[in-house]
Amino acid sequence: MRILVVEDDLEAQRYLVQGLKESGHVVDEAADGETGLSLALSRPYDVAIVDRMLPKLDGLKVVAEMREHANSTPVLFLSALSEVDDRVKGLKAGGDDYLTKPYAFVELLARIDALMRRRTPAGIRTRLDVGDLELDLLTRGAKRSGTDIELQPREFRLLEYLMRHAGQVVTRTMLLESVWEYHFDPQTNVIDVHISRLRAKIDKGFEAPLLHTVRGAGYMIRAH
Amino acid sequence: MRTKPGLLQTQAFRIVLVYVLLFALSVSALLFFTYWNTRRTLDAQTDQIIEAEITGLGEQYQHLGLQGLAETVRSRSLHLGQTLYLLTDGLKRPIAGNLDSWPQISEAGGFVEFDYERQVDGKMETRRARGRIVALAGDFVLLVAQDVHDRYLTERMFTTTLPWTVALILVLGLLGGGLMSRNMLRRLDAINRTSGEIIAGDLTRRVPLAGSGDEFDALAENLNRMLDRIERLMKGLREVTDSVAHDLRTPLNRLRNRLEESVARLNASGTQAGEIERAIAETDQLIATFNALLLIAETDAGTTRAAMTPLDLGEVAADVAELYEPLAEERKIGLALVPSTGVATLGNRSLIAQALANLVDNAIKYTPPGGKVRIRAAAGDNGVELSVADSGPGIPPADRARVVERFVRLEASRNSPGTGLGLSLVAAVAHFHNARLTLEDNDPTGLKAVLRFPKAALRTPLKAAAE
Repeated sequence: MRILVVEDDLEAQRYLVQGLKESGHVVDEAADGETGLSLALSRPYDVAIVDRMLPKLDGLKVVAEMREHANSTPVLFLSALSEVDDRVKGLKAGGDDYLTKPYAFVELLARIDALMRRRTPAGIRTRLDVGDLELDLLTRGAKRSGTDIELQPREFRLLEYLMRHAGQVVTRTMLLESVWEYHFDPQTNVIDVHISRLRAKIDKGFEAPLLHTVRGAGYMIRAH
Repeated sequence: MRTKPGLLQTQAFRIVLVYVLLFALSVSALLFFTYWNTRRTLDAQTDQIIEAEITGLGEQYQHLGLQGLAETVRSRSLHLGQTLYLLTDGLKRPIAGNLDSWPQISEAGGFVEFDYERQVDGKMETRRARGRIVALAGDFVLLVAQDVHDRYLTERMFTTTLPWTVALILVLGLLGGGLMSRNMLRRLDAINRTSGEIIAGDLTRRVPLAGSGDEFDALAENLNRMLDRIERLMKGLREVTDSVAHDLRTPLNRLRNRLEESVARLNASGTQAGEIERAIAETDQLIATFNALLLIAETDAGTTRAAMTPLDLGEVAADVAELYEPLAEERKIGLALVPSTGVATLGNRSLIAQALANLVDNAIKYTPPGGKVRIRAAAGDNGVELSVADSGPGIPPADRARVVERFVRLEASRNSPGTGLGLSLVAAVAHFHNARLTLEDNDPTGLKAVLRFPKAALRTPLKAAAE
């Protein structure tokens, strides 16, 4: 995958580029808004990681310009600003996701994976499958090996999100943001308890577990 | 939004009403006095003429006796003028005079008014007269009167028009006053609306000027100047917070990056990286505390641009209860949500949810297994409230004010995880919403934390929030 990194803090940029390359991505970098914008407009990228505060051209303006030029590359904003409403501003300017510094690299990786996945939607799907687990999005029913599984509405949304990102790491923050629409970290890790409930419903009594904990990162649902 | 006061309830209209009533009263009094004075003068003139007549006739009576008086009356009655005469015997039978019969006179003595019949332009007409009765010897009676029909008509016209005049004054006054106060209200409303929008978080709004340079414009200009200044101050404060955030987060970011790199390198070379992983955990704790402090500072100062929207506290409570229910179950604590609907207020959903989550988090943390935690959203007389009650050990009254302060943790909870900022954030969110956070005794045991949102929180126009 080709990724554009626009970051003026060279130390942070080096770290990002190195980490992404080690994860198997092809990375271009820019240290200011103007260079970043011209790169974004001249080459195709799967994802752009853009810092909010950049010299020459502010991160918000870079993305707004990209959208003006009908460039729809998914953008992840990185910001060291205080958070409360900057997220809203970033998303309004055309950003697709927003991450506050300092961040864990796994969190960033999980989010750009999710962004790239979002870019290639496999049409409108009415059913999701992972191994022998099926989720019917129309009847809102779940089955494993043909056995019906009773799910609460929120459990359904949680499972749906995990299955839409099957094979990818999904972090707790991502789950809180997309399933609960909360943009804060609760003091106690409530997500873990929701996951273990869900796990009891879909994995209990089956030989091969589908819902896995990824140490230090989050969760992943996969067939093998 | 507080219901907009009807025209009748506004101060402007009340002033107009009082003014119009006073004005109508003065006009009536003035007109009545004029009427009364005019009538008195006219009556005095009439009475003078009558007195003169009576004096003249009295002389005739003294010199010539009853017969002579009758003659004089007869000769004076030959032509029907303004003066009326009637001389009768004891049984009120006419002897002489230009009145055909004794008129209906209600009162006796002094000057009297009565109606009589008279031929005018070939038609009989009832007219008003004013006269005096003089008793003569032998029960004979002399009535001398003046026709006052013109005065009577004027008077009648006056008494019938007066109420209409007053009514007209009232109607026109109220109409004009209504228009005037509506105009005034429109200007006040503009100011109110703008203040509402500013409270809702849009500091760029300004009170519109009418351009007439009147006192409303002067008020608006002053308000706008004040707003400019507040906006400048807020902007400065925000810039400071942003700089602090940026300048602290950038090195923290590098620190965390380097630690992560070291872990990766050590892991690759097969060395245990436990120490560094603990350092990362410490860094994350540091970051969490810093983020919480920043959020509290911003929320408390009201510098966040967090948008206020109409929301149902019942829904917020249900969402948070749903988030914490599995955790409570795991800890063997019964988490109950008192269902409610229509507990509306104006606020920032994310901030209120976070505050409520902190309260529920605390309640679950400090309630022993088997205990109960109850979340409730309710509408009261003075506003709406969100409360979290638990059956834990509670907080001694003496410590309640202190626990809300930043970093204050009671001895009993030193060892449990947390930043000591949870309740401070709740207090800051309360402050941001003009709400009050109180910690009370729960019945029979435990702590009840209540967030009370004032009714005024709804005063802001919903339109502004929706924009």
